[in-house]
Amino acid sequence: MSGDGERQAMDVDIACVGFGPATAGFLTELSKSLMNPDGSPAIESRVMPGMPLQVVCYERADDVGFGVSGVVTRARGIRASLPDLDFSRIPMAAAVVDEKVVYLLDPVGASRRSLSLRMIDRTVRTLRLDRDLGWELPYVPPFLRKDGGVVLSMGQFMQHVAGEISSSGVVQIWPGMPVAEAFPGATEGSVGGIRLTDQGAEPGMDIHAALTVIGDGPVGAVGRQLDERLGMPKGHRHREWALGMKFVVDLPEPAELAPGTVWHTIGYPEPEIFGFLYVHPGNVASVGIFVPSWFRSPVRTAYRYLQHYVTHPYLWRRLKGGKLRSWGAKSLEESGRRGEPFLVGDGFARIGEGSGSTNVLTGSGVDEAWTTGALLAQAAVRLARDCRPFTRENLERTYVTLRRSSWVERDSRIAEKSRDGFHRGVVRGMVGMALAGLTRGRLSLGGEPRPVAGTEEFFARKIAAAEVRRIVGECRAKGTSSHDALMDASGWPAIPFDGQLLFSQQDALLVGGKVQAPAGFADHVQFRRRDLCEACDVKLCIEMCSGQAIAPGSGGVPAFDREKCVYCGACVWNCPHAAIAFQAGAGGLHSTEN
Amino acid sequence: MTTPFQIVVCGSIVPDPLQTLEPVTAPGGPALKNEMMLPAVLDPWAGHALFEAAHLAQRVAGSKVWLVAMAPKAKLQQVMMTVAQKVPFELIALDGPASGFTDSFETAAALALAVAAIPGLDRSRLLLFGGWESASRGAGSTLQMVGERLGIGEQFQGVDQLTVVDGGIEILERIEGGKHQVSICTGPPAVLGWATGHLPEPRNNPQVGMVNMRGIMPSLQRAKAAPVKSEGLSFTAVNLPKQQRATRVVKDMPVAGIAREIVAWIGEE
Repeated sequence: MSGDGERQAMDVDIACVGFGPATAGFLTELSKSLMNPDGSPAIESRVMPGMPLQVVCYERADDVGFGVSGVVTRARGIRASLPDLDFSRIPMAAAVVDEKVVYLLDPVGASRRSLSLRMIDRTVRTLRLDRDLGWELPYVPPFLRKDGGVVLSMGQFMQHVAGEISSSGVVQIWPGMPVAEAFPGATEGSVGGIRLTDQGAEPGMDIHAALTVIGDGPVGAVGRQLDERLGMPKGHRHREWALGMKFVVDLPEPAELAPGTVWHTIGYPEPEIFGFLYVHPGNVASVGIFVPSWFRSPVRTAYRYLQHYVTHPYLWRRLKGGKLRSWGAKSLEESGRRGEPFLVGDGFARIGEGSGSTNVLTGSGVDEAWTTGALLAQAAVRLARDCRPFTRENLERTYVTLRRSSWVERDSRIAEKSRDGFHRGVVRGMVGMALAGLTRGRLSLGGEPRPVAGTEEFFARKIAAAEVRRIVGECRAKGTSSHDALMDASGWPAIPFDGQLLFSQQDALLVGGKVQAPAGFADHVQFRRRDLCEACDVKLCIEMCSGQAIAPGSGGVPAFDREKCVYCGACVWNCPHAAIAFQAGAGGLHSTEN
Repeated sequence: MTTPFQIVVCGSIVPDPLQTLEPVTAPGGPALKNEMMLPAVLDPWAGHALFEAAHLAQRVAGSKVWLVAMAPKAKLQQVMMTVAQKVPFELIALDGPASGFTDSFETAAALALAVAAIPGLDRSRLLLFGGWESASRGAGSTLQMVGERLGIGEQFQGVDQLTVVDGGIEILERIEGGKHQVSICTGPPAVLGWATGHLPEPRNNPQVGMVNMRGIMPSLQRAKAAPVKSEGLSFTAVNLPKQQRATRVVKDMPVAGIAREIVAWIGEE
């Protein structure tokens, strides 16, 4: 069965790539329909006649719920699939009780604020609208509100859902099993199944499937390969991204914030960076930031900014004395509907964030991803019951039709252009969002992405060009990224490490990151164009790496250490030359609290 | 030809080794903070035992492997998603605590009952495997008591190797100084508490997983609550091992220099 070095093969009816919220929605909905109450198969397998549909799901992380993010969600789709779900049974879940938007002033004077923002700052200070340098806005726009929603640890939620699905006995979920690719089927543009990743000298198994469900997220290897193979629909592109990074914190006693408290913040550490704080039961909070692609810094490390964020006086008065439990990072596909790939083809369907379901106006993606999976399940059941094959035409008529008439599609159309204004400035971006939200997408402000600034250009007002070059050269020679040194030189204060919540990034990897790289798998990050890497000046892959897993290497080609990689995927979308191959690999974060 | 073995591995779950553990006092006694929320893995000691069992069963035709595991059912189910891909086995699940603060005497009693109840078990062919220090926070007592309750006198602890030889099985047990004690056991029944063995962790095999899972889910559904209450057990103190970390990056340091530093560091303790 193993060890002979020959590639083996197995036949199933449905194979799923990745176990995130979309696949969880798919499998939850699907598993309801596979068996009759008397225990007989409701839909018979084609590969094992007499048995129910054979459904398998392969997840690259070492366990289900590892490395997925925490959220506040309205949970409309989740509740539709699981009407009896009692969220209180899920650890770290709490109903939203209080929600506010807070504008954060700059307490250190290092933030790069435009003239319009400086005017806002001055007004807030003059009128003494702030408390601890945070102005609690009197109004939360309805499109942002999560009324009736719930704060979740996605790790805990996914573990709960995986348990429920598995206990049905009709679906098998296999963590620690990365998928290398979706191989072509008999017709052009089709998918015949998936190939699992090689383990050492052992070739990965081929899983032949009538339907391959691709839900491996925004930076998933299989989804991106399909995009390369098939191209994107006209006018669609993956061009807007964000890197979300957060801490899970044991808050200091006595508890001041009620479970279900939700803060959205704007204005600091840089105006382009959004922040959040969600409070879970047990005096635990998730606190983090989103660093978007329109933030033009060439040294846009999220970790350093996150530390400045949590030490902002408005947050620090609640967080001081807290302890880091966990941290993690994740890429977010912020192109929304305009990042939607071809949703179906012969033998395959795309679901979840990688299928362009994230709503960039409401800032939500989990519920949308779940719903796309649930819709595909309804379509797959209908086709299987009618003994119709999973062809592109049949999937178009069922899944795509369901999706086009769903609330996910309706809301994503409203959101489609809502963030374009950010490409031309933060204030314009805010106004554009408000316009789009309040007019249900009829009005918005335009803007096109601009490339990341050169290092000297970005710091021109704060550090002399020669000094920038000296700092970058010194860091490269030491084998480190330059973001810390450049932020120090541009006026950001040192982080007062307290050994509880504030650590060096390397220590955070050990204390809160819990990263593991199992033996037997090849490096999943590879630099496939050495010539481009050698010529690359900014090396954003190094500067943006969430785990300091990418460092300056010999000859100008970065070096990758998979023992530190948290699989955020930021290196892929930050590389201006598309020179990075980001494959699926086992390992990464070992936390179910994120 | 060697008579096929019936290998029963006792093994349960522990928190993922990468997690930060914090002892707390719960109404029922000591516990680990948020233990049910932490990801879990098969106890590494028991994992070695399971992989050795599967390796032995593969070499001796007709042999079979059972895994008897006592743990909270939901957590056990989750861990099985990973373990079931490794090697073929049949699960016997007991729904009970796996916190490490359970009385090893009661744990052993529950496990022995479960082993004895395995349909078709032939004790004359039984090899009882487990982790050397499993289910006892390192005390090494549980597996020994399971064996005693099953009336098995041949017991070996700290096992690193088992070889089928003419006239029985050769067993290497760890002793001081990095050496092994070599014993020849004429055959089953015997208890083997494994140390690390010599086998690497098997690679994930989807076909093994599919076959295993057909038996695992029914076993979990059948799992009954284990009669383990730990009444009358009291703990004087609960402490985590002291951890210290002092990182320095030094390049091109001679091995002798590294050794001198380590010796000096140990001397500071």
